Amino acid sequence: LRKNVEDFTGPRERSDLGFITFDISADILNGKNGLQTFIFDWNVKQLFLYLSAEYSTKNNALNQVVLWDKIMLRGDNPRLFLKDMKTKYLFFDDGNGLKGNRNITLTLSWNVVPNAGILPLVTGSGHVSVPFPDTYETTKSY
Amino acid sequence: LYYQVLNFAMIVSSALMIWKGLIVVTGSESPIVVVLSGSMEPAFHRGDLLFLTNFHDDPIRAGEIVVFKVEGRDIPIVHRVIKIHEKENGNIKFLTKGDNNEVDDRGLYKEGQNWLEKKDVVGRARGFLPYVGMVTIIMNDYPKFKYALLAVMGAYVLVKRE
Repeated sequence: LRKNVEDFTGPRERSDLGFITFDISADILNGKNGLQTFIFDWNVKQLFLYLSAEYSTKNNALNQVVLWDKIMLRGDNPRLFLKDMKTKYLFFDDGNGLKGNRNITLTLSWNVVPNAGILPLVTGSGHVSVPFPDTYETTKSY
Repeated sequence: LYYQVLNFAMIVSSALMIWKGLIVVTGSESPIVVVLSGSMEPAFHRGDLLFLTNFHDDPIRAGEIVVFKVEGRDIPIVHRVIKIHEKENGNIKFLTKGDNNEVDDRGLYKEGQNWLEKKDVVGRARGFLPYVGMVTIIMNDYPKFKYALLAVMGAYVLVKRE
């Protein structure tokens, strides 16, 4: 599981808005007790994958923002190879906590939706830390 | 006739006890809900049954499927948490969105409300069964069906003892 990112931030009067572009290259497997099996077994209807950014700010001890998501149905290839993706949702902070924030952790997680039964939430192994710069960009077009 | 009434009362009170017991064990005021809309497709469809828990210490995290009620409205909504901002003291505000919807739920919240809080949550979806909840939807949409069903059940109880 690997991700690479770049970033800029945009100024907004009250809250910081962050822009991230990323690549994801991942193989979704079911890891149980050291054994890795194919994730789409007879009871898995779909996977809801999402990329979330987790970070702390002065205003809030914990922030989690979903930047991108994808539904992977049974029968789809469990390998992801995406490049130069833009975030699907606007990355707004509750305040101005993105500027100069050195530690934004991006993780890929997924919700296993069974045909019937328990709905587990799994976090992928591997994550990437992204720092935001100390200044705002005023001219970048997105 | 006395035994029939007693038998019936036993059945009703057992059912009530099980339901109340479930409410206590899961911590949710409504531990079993029926999905009413298609806003979480293709994961959940109208008529699916969801099992919820609502433990106070369970943190709300991005990606979880929660069932919540907008203040002042009775209808529970089943959507996914997409943003959380939590303060050190545990105060949390979060935003939700249906998987199948283009936009987040701000349009569903109260006028001027931009975030949901812990108190709006009925529970977290932990498990589900497809289709089973259809019966409730049919009974709601076609009340005649509900009365017919009750009449049949009543008749059955009376006839059974003969």
